[in-house]
Amino acid sequence: MIRFTNAFKAYPRGSLALKDASFHVGRGEFVFLTGHSGAGKSTVLKLIYAEEFPTSGEVRVAGVVTSELRRREVPRLRRRLGVVFQDFRLLEDRTAEENVAFALEVTGARRGTIAPKVMRVLAQVGLAAKAQAYPRELSGGEQQRVAIARALVNDPHVLLADEPTGNLDERAARGVVQLLRDINANGTAVVMATHNLELVRQAPYRVLELQDGAIVYDSAVDEVRSNVGGQRGGTVT
Amino acid sequence: MSLTIRETLLAFRRAPLLSVLSMTTIAFALFVVGLFGLVALNLRTALADIEERVEVVAYLIRGTPVEISTMALGDIQAFPEVASVQYVSEDDALERARRQLVEFQGVFQDLETNPLPASLEIRLKPGFRDEDHVRQVADRLRGFRFVEDIRYGREWIAKLDRLRDIGAAVGLAIGIAFALASVIIIGTTIRMGVLHRSREIAIMRLVGATDGFIRRPFLLEGALKGAVGGAAAMGLNYAAYLAVDRTLFDSVFFSRAEAGLIVLFGTALGFLASAQSVRRHLARV
Ligand SMILES: Nc1ncnc2c1ncn2[C@@H]1O[C@H](COP(=O)(O)OP(=O)(O)O)[C@@H](O)[C@H]1O
Ligand SMILES: [Mg+2]
Repeated sequence: MIRFTNAFKAYPRGSLALKDASFHVGRGEFVFLTGHSGAGKSTVLKLIYAEEFPTSGEVRVAGVVTSELRRREVPRLRRRLGVVFQDFRLLEDRTAEENVAFALEVTGARRGTIAPKVMRVLAQVGLAAKAQAYPRELSGGEQQRVAIARALVNDPHVLLADEPTGNLDERAARGVVQLLRDINANGTAVVMATHNLELVRQAPYRVLELQDGAIVYDSAVDEVRSNVGGQRGGTVT
Repeated sequence: MSLTIRETLLAFRRAPLLSVLSMTTIAFALFVVGLFGLVALNLRTALADIEERVEVVAYLIRGTPVEISTMALGDIQAFPEVASVQYVSEDDALERARRQLVEFQGVFQDLETNPLPASLEIRLKPGFRDEDHVRQVADRLRGFRFVEDIRYGREWIAKLDRLRDIGAAVGLAIGIAFALASVIIIGTTIRMGVLHRSREIAIMRLVGATDGFIRRPFLLEGALKGAVGGAAAMGLNYAAYLAVDRTLFDSVFFSRAEAGLIVLFGTALGFLASAQSVRRHLARV
């Protein structure tokens, strides 16, 4: 599904944001990407949705090597991914329903097929009743649900979430994580970047920890080693 | 396509002031282009009227037999520059003089011999009514033995030429300057619209919209603004034409096709300017 092979990323006029990262995320997997601010979490996600490309090494998503994509082929990849952010990124002058429909319209979906799909995902995130509300009329948690609905409406293989709970209070944050878990239970892989370790501990999922652009811990790999030592891994700092 | 139209209208609705402002600016820029077009058009029409009268007259030696003149007529008619040749006999000339110079009717009546020579009146084809061609034709006519003298309004033909050249050059230069100004204006207003919507563009790209899809509403917007501006400019030009025609002097307006062409030109300007703006923006994101 997603495979990083010795991927490096250096931004122009920046230091190395990602150093020699190699990992694989399988179909239907749930992965937490953790690490301090500036550790390279967003960079990993950007490399996945082809906003950035590795300086060296390879990033393979859904069978394609992103750096081999031509510019006009990127949209096709994006339609197979869903992405949500800390700041929701909704269009303020469109209702919840219109925001979600927008993601289908830009793909040239036929008019008649849009409305039922939109209502289905809004129901899935628990916002069917607020379809006509504008973002400013919704709470932060609700806005993030609209964003998640928009990310889901194209039936993505993977949902990428960059600090989706960063702007939310405790309760709303737990609600969003629960929603992501439900989505994952339906077969969609989820990669969620967060520095909220409390949330990470509450869920029994794989953890990838970044530090200064290097992967310093991968529970899928290191757990085996820890088990040999008779301990359960997954604690991160 | 209907989505493109919807997004375009949304852009107008969201920033109505910006839209109106840009269309007004485009209209004025194209209005000035149109004004110079009108001046050029009227100048050309006026010159064409004058040029109609460009003719070369070859006076024949007294006593040249009619058969020889008639033969020469055929030769001259075959010159590539010549539109028509007319033989005016001595009697014709006298007749004409009597008719045109009524006041001196008595003088011509009392003549015993006709003092007027026979002549060939030669009109040139359009495109050959300039100094160089007229002189070439005159030189060739001088080669005929029976031609005594040649007359043509050399000086004012030269002036006409200069006037035409200056008119064309000034019109072209100012037209190009204002067309460029409209491109920059349209480009800038579209660019403001693009920046205004950069967040939306980022979101569109995120959810997998192609560059073409993102570009389309902007292109339509630019073309529409250009068309509306062009049409408004034509309206202003027509008003200017009416004002001049009624108060100063008879003038002509663009033909329907020419007016359409200018509106089309505005549309193309709007389209190209926005294509340029959006391409620049997308190249950076
Ligand atoms: N566009 C950019 N240009 C230059 N440096 C960048 C850019 N984006 C991120 N960086 C740098 O790369 C490093 C990793 O950033 P990021 O991936 O955003 O970390 P995180 O999401 O874990 O906070 C940081 O040092 C950051 O300053
Ligand atoms: Mg980040």
